[in-house]
Amino acid sequence: MLQVATDPMHQFKVVRLFELHVGDWDLSFTNSALFMVLGVLFIVGFFALALARPKTVPGRMQSMAEIWYQFVAGIVKDVNHEDGKPFVPLIFTIFSFIFVANILGMIPFLPGGAFTTTSHVAVTGTLAIFTFLLVIVIGVWRNGFKFLKVFVPSGVPWYILWFVILIEIFSFLSRPLSLGMRLFANMLGGHVALKVFAGFIPQLVIGLGFIGAAMAALLVMPLLVSITALEVLVAFLQAYVFAILACVYLNDALHPGGH
Amino acid sequence: MENGMNLIAAGLACVAMAGAGIGVGTIFGNYLQAAIRNPSAAQQQFGNLIFGFAVTEALGIFGLVIALILIFAPPGVAG
Repeated sequence: MLQVATDPMHQFKVVRLFELHVGDWDLSFTNSALFMVLGVLFIVGFFALALARPKTVPGRMQSMAEIWYQFVAGIVKDVNHEDGKPFVPLIFTIFSFIFVANILGMIPFLPGGAFTTTSHVAVTGTLAIFTFLLVIVIGVWRNGFKFLKVFVPSGVPWYILWFVILIEIFSFLSRPLSLGMRLFANMLGGHVALKVFAGFIPQLVIGLGFIGAAMAALLVMPLLVSITALEVLVAFLQAYVFAILACVYLNDALHPGGH
Repeated sequence: MENGMNLIAAGLACVAMAGAGIGVGTIFGNYLQAAIRNPSAAQQQFGNLIFGFAVTEALGIFGLVIALILIFAPPGVAG
């Protein structure tokens, strides 16, 4: 008998699929790790297949790969102009990983349950902190101590400069927080809403019998389909926003103080 | 002692969505206004529109996260 959970938060439980304890550390392979591996395998496999025999006039799969790459390269070129060219692989990796991780959470019946890795703060927080630290390292490497100019916007009168610097420092430190929280909260909220509305259908059918089934089919089902479509859109949108913000922060690192 | 104050607090945290709603409406309204005046330049700014929408929406969703924290892991109460 299939045991299903009826509360909306059960889908986020991290389950150990393969126990592995090394000394004091718990290095078990969890379903979160499984979906990350699935995502990476999908990206690498898709691009390997699509670009196996490249033609000048691309076929369907090669077209898709080119559109994907061109989209990310377009973002970097828009925000960073020519200085951003070395960083296109980085932004491409960030965008692709987040996008595929979000989308994999929308596919039901995958092995291990439909699990969204980016719906955990641990994962999104790591991505955000990584981006933040990378920006600092690149800024200090390229500009030395002139990187501190990022806190001193140009064209500010001297009498409020100290106040503006304080505000800029706090706003700079809140970047990893907002980056990670935005992705996490969007994924978490979307999936909770999906499960709550999906839970209405069995509740209606069990509670009201035939009339309940009719109400469920006419009212709840279209709503559920629309919310699922919205969630797919949000999956793509959040990856796009993360990538664009990474580009904007990179711009700060490459040209500090140019507000 | 267990009281339901954390649920009331969670409900209050949802007031944050009012601000987010106003912000998102402002952004899209301004975009539509400008797009009707200058339709040929509207397509170029679509990326900025989506970016501004997502950043504004995030602030409303931060309120949702506070509400979820208050429901599922309320600090201070035995719960």
